[in-house]
Amino acid sequence: MDKPVNNKAWFLVLPVLVLVAFSAVIPLMTVVNYSVQDTFGNNVFFWAGLEWFEQALSSSRLHDALLRQILFSVIILAIQVPLGIFVALNMPKRGFWASLCLVLMALPLLIPWNVVGTIWQIFGRVDIGLLGYTLDKLGINYNYTANAIDAWVTVIVMDVWHWTSLVALLCYAGLQSIPDAYYQAAKIDQASRWKVFRYIELPKMQGVLLIAILLRFMDSFMIYTEPFVVTGGGPGNATTFLSIDLVKMAIGQFDLGPAAAFSIMYFLVIMLISWVFYTVMTNLDKREEMQ
Amino acid sequence: MNLTWMAWTMPTAIFFLVIAALLILMTILAIRYPETPRVGVLRIETTRGDRLFISLLGSAFICLAWLAAFGAPLWGGLILCLVYAAAVFRWV
Repeated sequence: MDKPVNNKAWFLVLPVLVLVAFSAVIPLMTVVNYSVQDTFGNNVFFWAGLEWFEQALSSSRLHDALLRQILFSVIILAIQVPLGIFVALNMPKRGFWASLCLVLMALPLLIPWNVVGTIWQIFGRVDIGLLGYTLDKLGINYNYTANAIDAWVTVIVMDVWHWTSLVALLCYAGLQSIPDAYYQAAKIDQASRWKVFRYIELPKMQGVLLIAILLRFMDSFMIYTEPFVVTGGGPGNATTFLSIDLVKMAIGQFDLGPAAAFSIMYFLVIMLISWVFYTVMTNLDKREEMQ
Repeated sequence: MNLTWMAWTMPTAIFFLVIAALLILMTILAIRYPETPRVGVLRIETTRGDRLFISLLGSAFICLAWLAAFGAPLWGGLILCLVYAAAVFRWV
């Protein structure tokens, strides 16, 4: 039988709680207050009840944005996770080339979001951008400002370029922590390359991989700056993801009530997914400790 | 204290007061009756606090589903939430 946990140490985090309350909880409360009211400015509010929530739940505009968002997150995870693992497996293990690879891999991570957006915005232009110009000369009709598929491809390739290194670096760290004895044992058993990957490397990477997936999922689910800079949500609404739509609603149209209702639902979805990931991760840790 | 900048309304104030009261209650319970985590139907270890979190988060989704299916008012959804919370505290 386990001993009851003494939770009194939690009181020591009270100062942090006060800070978080100031920077996150109180603003969030304001959002909740806005979500049940309507305003025409001047800090004058009218009670609207649950109207905005009902409106948001049945709004095809939001459904479309949500579907686009999920599709985007699924696609970039499906590309970045296997690619990141592949890169990590093929990186040099030690020496000069390992350091060089690490620095090169870390570079895209250091570039601010809006700069990444600007780089790709110019890179993809047919008149002055290298990518757009080359594709045009090869006879491929590429125009991310007019064609929805081209816009999607650009945004996805940009995200892959920006963030695959994160997955790769995390997996690399996971791989480095595997003791040589495992590989020697596999060699004695004449295990194939695939079996080494499947039964040694993949299970050992599980923890960091989950963190990588969680980080990439959250970031891609909340993505705003890069697609906003590159496509502005267009052409039409083709790359209008949830946060772009939210900002349009809250700041563009100044519909504070509907935007607040929408952001609460957005927040709930993110909280649910984070909780699931967190629970899975902590339980994996516990299981590993027990083994 | 002037709270108009936060656009408070009575219903939202009651909503947050209930949550605050629940948190305070949980704190008092944790001090008076320390507990061990247990493994329930979800096969994960949960404490009272975890179960409260699961209840609240689940309730939010139940209310949204109710709103999508039947519209306002939410009383039916609220009853469903209480049943759900009771089940979470009993079995999760």
